[in-house]
Amino acid sequence: MERSVVFAGFGGQGVLLAGKVLARAAMDLGLHVTWLPSYGPEMRGGTANCTVVVSTDPVGSPIVDAPDVLLAMNGPSLDKFEGRVTPGGVIVVNSSLVPRAVTRKDVGEVRLAANDLARELGEPRAANMAALGAIVWAIGTVPLEAVKAAMRGELGAKIGEKAAQANEAALEQGFALGQKTNLGT
Amino acid sequence: MRSSVENMKPVFVRPKSLSDKKFTYCPGCHHGLITRILAQVIDELGIQERTVMVAPVGCAVFAYEWFRCDGVQAAHGRAAAVATGIKRVRPDLVVISYQGDGDLAAIGLAETIHAANRGEKISVIFVNNQIYGMTGGQMAPTTLVGQHATSCPEGRNPQEAGYPIRMAELLATLEAPVYVARLALFDPKHVLETTKAVRKALTYQVQGKGYSFVEILANCPTGWRMSPVQANKHIAAVVTKAFPLGEFVDKG
Amino acid sequence: MERQLMTGNEAMAEAALRAGCRAYFGYPITPQNELLEYMARRMPQVGGAFVQAESEVAAINMCYGAAAAGVRVMTSSSSPGVSLKMEGISYMAGADLPVVVVNVARGGPGLGNIAPAQGDYFQATKGGGHGDYRMIVLAPSTVNEAAALTQLAFDLADKYRVPAMVLADGMLGQMMEPVELPPFVDVGSLPPKPWALSGAQGREPNYVASFALDPYDLRELNRRRLARYQQIEAHEVRWEEVQTEDAEVLLVAYGTMGRIAKTVVRLARAEGTRAGLLRPITLWPFPYGPIRRLAQRIPVVLTVELSMGQMVEDVRLAVEGRAQTPFYGEMGGVVPTPRDILQEVKAHALQRGKHEAGVRPA
Ligand SMILES: Cc1ncc(C[n+]2csc(CCOP(=O)(O)OP(=O)(O)O)c2C)c(N)n1
Repeated sequence: MERSVVFAGFGGQGVLLAGKVLARAAMDLGLHVTWLPSYGPEMRGGTANCTVVVSTDPVGSPIVDAPDVLLAMNGPSLDKFEGRVTPGGVIVVNSSLVPRAVTRKDVGEVRLAANDLARELGEPRAANMAALGAIVWAIGTVPLEAVKAAMRGELGAKIGEKAAQANEAALEQGFALGQKTNLGT
Repeated sequence: MRSSVENMKPVFVRPKSLSDKKFTYCPGCHHGLITRILAQVIDELGIQERTVMVAPVGCAVFAYEWFRCDGVQAAHGRAAAVATGIKRVRPDLVVISYQGDGDLAAIGLAETIHAANRGEKISVIFVNNQIYGMTGGQMAPTTLVGQHATSCPEGRNPQEAGYPIRMAELLATLEAPVYVARLALFDPKHVLETTKAVRKALTYQVQGKGYSFVEILANCPTGWRMSPVQANKHIAAVVTKAFPLGEFVDKG
Repeated sequence: MERQLMTGNEAMAEAALRAGCRAYFGYPITPQNELLEYMARRMPQVGGAFVQAESEVAAINMCYGAAAAGVRVMTSSSSPGVSLKMEGISYMAGADLPVVVVNVARGGPGLGNIAPAQGDYFQATKGGGHGDYRMIVLAPSTVNEAAALTQLAFDLADKYRVPAMVLADGMLGQMMEPVELPPFVDVGSLPPKPWALSGAQGREPNYVASFALDPYDLRELNRRRLARYQQIEAHEVRWEEVQTEDAEVLLVAYGTMGRIAKTVVRLARAEGTRAGLLRPITLWPFPYGPIRRLAQRIPVVLTVELSMGQMVEDVRLAVEGRAQTPFYGEMGGVVPTPRDILQEVKAHALQRGKHEAGVRPA
């Protein structure tokens, strides 16, 4: 079993962190995992992305041409990566910022208003965790509880209990939205 | 991004020496503005067809493609030596070396000083943004005391990392250079002065006079973690204190 | 031991500190910057020396000084910068100084790009600097191994008084994986270095130099060096084998390609092709013997690299015509997927099958 996810957005949306939280959860579960960021001058063009591979076997290549799951936190990310998702895969679209729908017919789409959801929780910075909740649902092999614990491990000390709870709620609500989505596949 | 400076006067009609290649600079970066100034002066002097641009390693690594001139990309720090090689075999060409502070004042300091000291008949455009932009914001030899960078997270500590190098003043101690000046770009007046200085430097080369060095205090909004507007204010208020503007040598 | 997520660059830096490295000199270059930045932060905390040098030439010569003073010292860079270090590495080999050099290699030649590549194999293993010398070259394929081999590099460099290189690449430098960091060694417990420059107090002066004008003197120094190189070849060859017992196609790959090749072996076996892997961990000394042994019974030895073909020359030297030695390479920073390589493996297995069917007596 091997699942790959590309987290993409613009700098400051927390996509690298979302990927790291997933990677940490996988590590804590004893799974094999790699996290690879885009790096160098391309990261200063304003966009950021990372690829996370979670596997029961040692991960061969952390570079993935066709990810199983894509998180598109903004429009340019959807434009750039939509075509690369593996057929039968899932794209989580941040509908707070991306008005357009996924055009491919052979992948599932989860539309999640991550920024709105986070704002309603009183923690606008939790948009990435809301998105991660939906991603966790989409990959299906990492329990949400492990991801919550990893989020606390990664962030807890830095952001305080109240913000940690908001991030937890964001994870839960993102996950729940995934569950409710009919992918039609 | 169109800067406010650009909107003020029709000075910045697209120079014909500028190529169609899209800039890879961050929004608000002065490298773009300097490229346009250079292209404009090349147009004015009518030297596009005999100019060779020597690009450094740094954010300006594509400088050789941004001009509709012949161009060459040098190894990190070696632009002045590459320019020397070209000028010595083709004195009829106008050779411009375009370099950042890491490139020119750190790894390329030996090449910089010796090209100047030999009085190579080249023009060096030195973009002093007080940081290593391309590699993600490490300390440069020109980084201000106390300024934060990724390789001096507590701020530049002069006890360990020394003080910002004033290249223009350093080169002005040499006999050979014919023109050494430091300019800035934080408002339209200074943009015009920079343009004048670049024009002087290239004119002296066209006249066969000798080595010229134009240091330009530039911004790096990304590396400094400032908005372009904040960065301009910072240059005017702080950077010019450490790096005084002026013409240090003019033997034209 | 606690597992943590770290990038390869950070893991190598932290492992160095834990191995007793107390001096680091470097110069920014992508994709290695995080190692330098980590050292800028951490080295002062352990009381060591950190300098961002004005160039790679300066950085390696600062290493020369610190190593001569007997301290465990490291520098790191990426391909173009490592080229500049070659002069200093030769001088350190000539002065019998231990140093650890990390190369987070990238696409080349020239300025190339910042993507992962293995085009620096020749430079690392065949003497990128001038003169008659050898350098230990260790090639990690995971972040965890990058940490472990960094520590090993310090021990080997000290033991044999030679430069040692950890040859990684941009992917290993940038990616995060779970790491189990080695414990801190007590710097005071490291073997003493009586040859180091510490002040000639109550003893004859020590001299550190790579200079010997008299050819007979230099020959003698080189003979002693050669004897140490032979010791290294005899005792320090390291490699990993994966399912080589019954293999019909043997892959040989190191570093990043080594880990990808592991997946290829798994995929190939799932599809009925008995593939195996030999992954050199030391590139110098190279595992000639182990490859030769396997080539006696495995008919196809396929070398896979992120280059035009560099290590394949050593593989062919090892095989000496005992087996077919095809090559598959990607270049310019492009990393092939396991599937790309699988096609190649299956094609060779198939060809082999046909060949055998053809020669079988009717
Ligand atoms: C030999 C070598 N060392 C290091 C590098 C990496 N490198 C690329 S650009 C650069 C410095 C850029 O800083 P600067 O010259 O100040 O120009 P800026 O990017 O700020 O315009 C470095 C160190 C390299 N390409 N080659």
